[in-house]
Amino acid sequence: MGDTSTIPAINGATTVRAPIEKAFRVFTTSFNTWWPREFHIGQAEMAEAILEPREGGRWYERGVDGSECDWGRVLAWEPPRRLLITWQINGSWQYDPDPLHASEIEVRFTAEGPERTRVELEHRHLERLVDGQALRDGIGEGGGWSSNLEHFAKAVASQD
Amino acid sequence: MAAYGDPRLSLFGDPSRRAIFELLARHPWSVGELAKQLPITRPAVSQHLRVLKDGGLVFSRSEGTRRVYQIDPAGLGALRAYLDRIWDQALGAYQQAAEAAP
Repeated sequence: MGDTSTIPAINGATTVRAPIEKAFRVFTTSFNTWWPREFHIGQAEMAEAILEPREGGRWYERGVDGSECDWGRVLAWEPPRRLLITWQINGSWQYDPDPLHASEIEVRFTAEGPERTRVELEHRHLERLVDGQALRDGIGEGGGWSSNLEHFAKAVASQD
Repeated sequence: MAAYGDPRLSLFGDPSRRAIFELLARHPWSVGELAKQLPITRPAVSQHLRVLKDGGLVFSRSEGTRRVYQIDPAGLGALRAYLDRIWDQALGAYQQAAEAAP
């Protein structure tokens, strides 16, 4: 390993026993009803996760204290088949408004039957998220990580 | 995506593997040097390093006659591992919600 210019995309899929319109609606309009509560970036406990249902819409969380943290934006809103959103949380665990630093999440819905929908997700361009210089500045002589990246490691470890 | 809940595939699920990772986070080491610092055998260290390497968290390079392991300084592998876990869980939760919703 030496070339960190691209990170492989994350791919996931699931099949739901629901018509395609409902599959799309639950994913988007009802986003707050299913998104796991522990996955959020704000300091306060999350009260609500919101995906605004339009191109250019915000994707963000609202904390129990009323604070809001952006996660990304809606790039494409194409019910019932396609959703394209950005995830713009950088290595400092903060929202980066620069679109050049945005990773993308594409969700495709495919009807396999009147009550059966295949939902496929790809989270790509992760390498855009990381501000290389800021990270390198945070790395000590021994090749250690900045404390922000330890957050990722601890979060992964704590779920085991 | 890694199979959710399968401990063999979880990168930090083993305390020895976590200890190796934390040592490498501070300084690059060879297999032998890691084994000296931990209460585990060289073959076990090699096995853990293979898992960490496959997970994109560490990589190896030659340093003279030694093979030295170090973490990916950009931490991109860990970011990906973290997000991979999130999506795995999130899609499971979504599937349940989509099937339960009226």
